[in-house]
Amino acid sequence: MSLVRVTNGVTRPAAVTFDVDGVSVSAPAGEPLATALAVAGLLTLRDSPRNGAPRGAFCHMGLCQECVVSVDGRTVQACLTPVRDGMTVNLGGTLK
Amino acid sequence: MTRQADLLVLGAGPAGTEAALAASEAGLDVVLIDEQADAGGQGWRAPLSGLTLPRKGPDAEAGDALRARLAASRVDRRFGRRVWSIGGAFRLDAAGPDGPEAYQAPRLIAATGAHERVVPFPGWTLPGVIGLAGATVLLKAQAVLPGRRVVVAGSGPLLFAVAAGIIAKGGEVAAIVDMDNRLAWAKRLPGLARRFDLLKEGLGWTWSILGARVPFLAGYGVRRATGETELSSVIVGPVDANGAPADGTERSFDCDALAVGHGLVPGGEVPKILRADHFYDRLRGGFIPELDPFGRTTIENLYACGDGTGIRGARPSAAAGRLAGLAAAYDAERLDERTFDALAALSLKALADYRPFADTVAAAMALRPAQVAAITPETIVCRCEDVTRAEIDAAVDAGAGDINQMKHFTRCGMGPCQGRMCGDVAAELVAQRRGVPRDEVGFWTQRVPLRPVPFDTMIGTFDYADIPIPPPAPL
Ligand SMILES: Cc1cc2nc3c(=O)[nH]c(=O)nc-3n(C[C@H](O)[C@H](O)[C@H](O)COP(=O)(O)OP(=O)(O)OC[C@H]3O[C@@H](n4cnc5c(N)ncnc54)[C@H](O)[C@@H]3O)c2cc1C
Ligand code: FES
Repeated sequence: MSLVRVTNGVTRPAAVTFDVDGVSVSAPAGEPLATALAVAGLLTLRDSPRNGAPRGAFCHMGLCQECVVSVDGRTVQACLTPVRDGMTVNLGGTLK
Repeated sequence: MTRQADLLVLGAGPAGTEAALAASEAGLDVVLIDEQADAGGQGWRAPLSGLTLPRKGPDAEAGDALRARLAASRVDRRFGRRVWSIGGAFRLDAAGPDGPEAYQAPRLIAATGAHERVVPFPGWTLPGVIGLAGATVLLKAQAVLPGRRVVVAGSGPLLFAVAAGIIAKGGEVAAIVDMDNRLAWAKRLPGLARRFDLLKEGLGWTWSILGARVPFLAGYGVRRATGETELSSVIVGPVDANGAPADGTERSFDCDALAVGHGLVPGGEVPKILRADHFYDRLRGGFIPELDPFGRTTIENLYACGDGTGIRGARPSAAAGRLAGLAAAYDAERLDERTFDALAALSLKALADYRPFADTVAAAMALRPAQVAAITPETIVCRCEDVTRAEIDAAVDAGAGDINQMKHFTRCGMGPCQGRMCGDVAAELVAQRRGVPRDEVGFWTQRVPLRPVPFDTMIGTFDYADIPIPPPAPL
């Protein structure tokens, strides 16, 4: 379903808002985009090339490339990309 | 512009940071490079900037101490730099925050750490399934739970670290599924007890797990994960001592996340690219470079340390890092023999003290051949290219004798992760199918880019005037 931010006793930076395939999502500034998307319930980031099956962030450390999305027109790994105010994220049409 | 230095250290985990500190204290001009925002590496990773946690665990404290020492040192710290190319003796090219950067020095220490191994099972590609080590990153650096109801499965100590981490942060663990049975852990106690401080940490995890009354399945493995477009349940079943599925009833757990991992694989791309000699060591996680006791590889002035040279854990990696840093300073004639011997003796002793503990933990994380043998034919092995086990077997039957031939036949390992996620298991499959030892099937031919970077970052901006044109030959 989704990742969950721990609230108890944790303080986080102020939230920023960004656009994901036309939908507005907010998350604490600097949080990795893969995390922010999964907290918002967006686990599927792309489809696999050969059999088209849904894929989402897997390693969360920058190696597997499963989290690759487009941010402001550039291809990036969402688990290594901190969220910024006003960024435009494109999941390649997988956003439902 | 190229930053010239006496020594480059790639990777600012416990190993690389200690190496940089030791060499810098001995007087070398040291540049320490890492793609993360701060030092600490995977195990001692710094929390996101602006995030504060109520309580700090031992790893966070060890990381803070390391970062404080680094901040007070003369080491030139270059964070947020992703090194994609490596060559010569020695030049590193990195994608930095403001574009391409280059570094050059006569000495290089590779301390690039390890990455996770997940032995494939049906459904492991479903969104909601994540790596166990990746889960530690979410928990420690981001204060984020991997899901609302999480199954934690696999082998090795990270299992308990993750389960205890979820419980401590108020999350729900649906079940803990450990490939090892209780007897296996009982047999390991003497080795673990050699480091009482670390054993105590492990016992602390066990207490919190017992306190939360989480179903604990010892001697079980994941059979499959199911769900339509996302994970919805995990089916587990008994496994024997070698990791092969055993008779017995399957159990199913509804969950929205599965954190699963079967140990770590040394991420030693740098010594491989530079053609240092390697050998296969199952206990240490895979192919690792041949090293002298101080971390010298078979290539002159190339050193390697930490989990990238074989899985040992954070504290032994730190000791190995100091040794490599001292060796680099000694080889650069900045330390006399007596000082070097005296300083190295301390770290050599620390490393020896950790050895029984490190070996015990590494054994729990080592690849289990019977688990690999049991992968079903239709299971995807290479996530990037959707290559199944059956396709790998077919390639071997058609004559693919080593891992690189198999790659050409199937595209396994040819995707964007460059075989990092599947390589260890894929090579094991080839070796098993051929009935030969792992050494014979080798490892992927390592090439740059070390990490994917956009093409415009690679080429950067250049001026025709900067292109070196040799003077014309005299007529
Ligand atoms: C995801 C993960 C989580 C882990 N969690 C724990 C844990 O919670 N507790 C524990 O005891 N152990 C954990 N471990 C084990 C841990 O790897 C080691 O014990 C310890 O961190 C090893 O230290 P190291 O310095 O050798 O490598 P690492 O700590 O892995 O440091 C390597 C560094 O190199 C950098 N790097 C690598 N390649 C490049 C490149 N091309 N460009 C730029 N930078 C690069 C990485 O960013 C990283 O910071 C974890 C391992 C992994 C892979
Ligand atoms: S989740 Fe693996 S690269 Fe981002």
